[in-house]
Amino acid sequence: MFAYYFQLGLHSLRRHPVLTGLVIITIAFGVGSSMTAYSLYRGMSGDPIPWKSSRLYFPQVDGWGPQARNGGSEPADALDYIDAAALLHAHRAPLQSAIYGIAPTVYPDDPSQKSIATPGHAVSSEFFPMADTPFLFGTGWSTADDENRARVLVISKHLNQRLFGGANSVGKSIHLNDDSYRIVGVLNDWHPQPRFYDLATNDAFGPADELFLPFATAIDAQMATTGNFGCGNKLPAPGFTGTLNSDCIWISYMVELDSAAQVRTYRDYLDGYAHAQQTSGRFAWPPNNRLRDLPVFMDFEQVVPSETKGVVVVAFCLLLVCMVNAVGLLLAKFLSRSGEIGVRRAMGASRMAIAAQFGMESAAIGLVGGALGLVLTCVGTMRIRGALPSQVANLIRVDPSLLLETLLLAIAATVLAGFYPTWRAARVTPALQLKMD
Amino acid sequence: MAVHPIISALRRHKAGAVLITLQIALTLAIVCNCLFLISDKIEKISRPSGLNESDLLMVTTTHTGMNADTAAGQAKLEASIAGDLSALRHLPDVADAYETNSLPLSNNNWALHLRLAPDARDGPGTSFFESDAHTLATLGVRLVAGRNFRDDEVTGRSGLGALEPVVIIVTKHLADQLFPHGDALGKQVYFSSTTVPSTIIGIMARMQTSHAESVLPDRTWNSTLVPIRLVDSSRYYVVRSRPGHLAAAMKSVPAALYAQDPQRVIPDGADENAGVRSFAQIREQAYQSDRTLAVSMGWISAILLVVTAVGIVGLSSFWVGQRRRQIGIRRALGATRGNILGYFHLENLVISVVGVVIGTALAIGMNLWMVTQFQMDHLPVPYVVAGAVILLLLGQGAVWAPALRASKVSPVEATRSA
Repeated sequence: MFAYYFQLGLHSLRRHPVLTGLVIITIAFGVGSSMTAYSLYRGMSGDPIPWKSSRLYFPQVDGWGPQARNGGSEPADALDYIDAAALLHAHRAPLQSAIYGIAPTVYPDDPSQKSIATPGHAVSSEFFPMADTPFLFGTGWSTADDENRARVLVISKHLNQRLFGGANSVGKSIHLNDDSYRIVGVLNDWHPQPRFYDLATNDAFGPADELFLPFATAIDAQMATTGNFGCGNKLPAPGFTGTLNSDCIWISYMVELDSAAQVRTYRDYLDGYAHAQQTSGRFAWPPNNRLRDLPVFMDFEQVVPSETKGVVVVAFCLLLVCMVNAVGLLLAKFLSRSGEIGVRRAMGASRMAIAAQFGMESAAIGLVGGALGLVLTCVGTMRIRGALPSQVANLIRVDPSLLLETLLLAIAATVLAGFYPTWRAARVTPALQLKMD
Repeated sequence: MAVHPIISALRRHKAGAVLITLQIALTLAIVCNCLFLISDKIEKISRPSGLNESDLLMVTTTHTGMNADTAAGQAKLEASIAGDLSALRHLPDVADAYETNSLPLSNNNWALHLRLAPDARDGPGTSFFESDAHTLATLGVRLVAGRNFRDDEVTGRSGLGALEPVVIIVTKHLADQLFPHGDALGKQVYFSSTTVPSTIIGIMARMQTSHAESVLPDRTWNSTLVPIRLVDSSRYYVVRSRPGHLAAAMKSVPAALYAQDPQRVIPDGADENAGVRSFAQIREQAYQSDRTLAVSMGWISAILLVVTAVGIVGLSSFWVGQRRRQIGIRRALGATRGNILGYFHLENLVISVVGVVIGTALAIGMNLWMVTQFQMDHLPVPYVVAGAVILLLLGQGAVWAPALRASKVSPVEATRSA
């Protein structure tokens, strides 16, 4: 029955070509622009590690006090070295890591090659199991390497390709800054976006990390951070030691907590730590800590800028206007066939049958509008990719799920817009129409 | 022509009339907010930075392994910087050059607060740019009062400690914030957490800070030049090429720097990570998101207007089709073509005016919501007026073709069927 109505619907598309064309164009533009905006939003707001994002937590300790907060209540989002080192030393979570961005220079053995500053992060050994990094060769380093400030590192597949032509390089050494470092692991392709483990001090979207060093080793080698560096009430004394002893924040911190009880325990530990700092006189204010999980922390760090959210809102308002427009056009299209409806009603078609017929006709129009909307979505995403910085543009993907959502949205929007015109069509009385004709 | 018969006729097409009214209202609400946002962004993007931006380029260079914490390392770095600058300034493509930590719009912000007395609370925030006697000439920034730095005033500094220059040059905007009576020249101020004063010896007409987007809108013009040589393995060189030699300088400058030190790193990356960028590129990258937003809003507005016009054309055509007999009767009774044309235009005007009135309220409501969500300003009246005029004209334009068809209905139609 519905198949027959659907055929009728497709057939009647040709009956009022102008009106039908206008509805199709309207739906296509509405769906095309809202799906283009949505594809950007989807790319930027995606969960980079969905299987455990609610178990990754980002502790914040208020190392600056009320004076630096300017009336607000939020503590800074990153840690200074003193707090990061204390949290690492206490080791109260099952897994934890201090994290900061580095860009040491890789000096090639072949002097004719250019030396290249290579972006990466200094992390603790527990970072790798926490972030579920895929290894191509080898593994991460051991906790003993953390403690001994071992000159070891993990490199990306890309860097391994460039330096060793893709061969297993575990055990080989490379020259970083002033020292030689031994490779213990090579990662497989791994480029989580947004870069969830360092939202506090670096851009959420950027090139993939090429190397990972032990945190203590990077500190020992006096590698400066490549991320944000902010100071509260006092500037650091000159030199790297001055930075380490200051209240300036530049270190991200991530812990894995697997149960509500562990979260509670860790919260208590943080409060106890801040309280001890207050007692010892380092903090002149009561504990003011935060412990947010990844989804909440992403929202707090505004990974998706509010302006992007604004564009999505406006684009869906555009879809709303298009639907209002489609209601009017479908009303005109359906009611101009009052005569036909009257005949069918007089020949015994029930109101439900008329409603079903015109409902299917809306769906048919929606399908064609959706097909055109697909084309417009592709054009729109291509244009917007060209207008965005490359690291954000790469997040926009036109994949089967986006295409399916576009079609479904178009059909849903058209059927919804067709409700009132369908209802009007079903109310056409048989007798009056027959008399009129 | 009387409006009364139009309104009674519309009562018979309630649904269509309500739909067009609603559509015009929604379109107006969205379009005038979009227009406001677009003009806001255009104004932001076209602000002059205060620099003479043509023929300007910036190079990022790093050479790790020279430790600025030791005296030997510092001496090595100082020699390297002096060698680089001398090589750059002698290049045939180059007019002038200096070494620094940052550049306006470069998105690399170094900021501190200034205060008027050592025991006072922090005053206005300012971006600081490490400079020498060549900075003003290289950037093309104009002094409105005072003098430039002298070579002997420039001192070396490494790391992140307190900033204690003896003399500084500030923008007029910052000078007026510090000293509202306009007597900043010669006065002393203090950078964050130091008790060593800095004397203002020069006032610049205008110089933008490193961020296109400032947390506080007032900060955008709070720039300070400090006579400091950044003694660090990672630094910027800002170069003014001879007029018209920018493209050549973008090749010869990194080549000269590599000749000075073959082991240094000048990144090859794209966009913001590129090691050599012209100021035009820096400006484009700084405002890229603003431009994208403005263009997106422009597309959305254009699509909205087209869709609304399409809706008016569609429904008006339907109405004309429905009323062919009535039109025929009016024509038979002596109405001219102009009367029929006028009728449909007036009908559209009545609907549009109602839509515009409702739309104005919606526009203001939407703006108030956006003010709380997206740091927007309040919608000025001219944008609402402009939006209303655009929609009224759009309605009249869209109804023209159906109305023309209606006016061509022959009086004979009055006698057909029924």
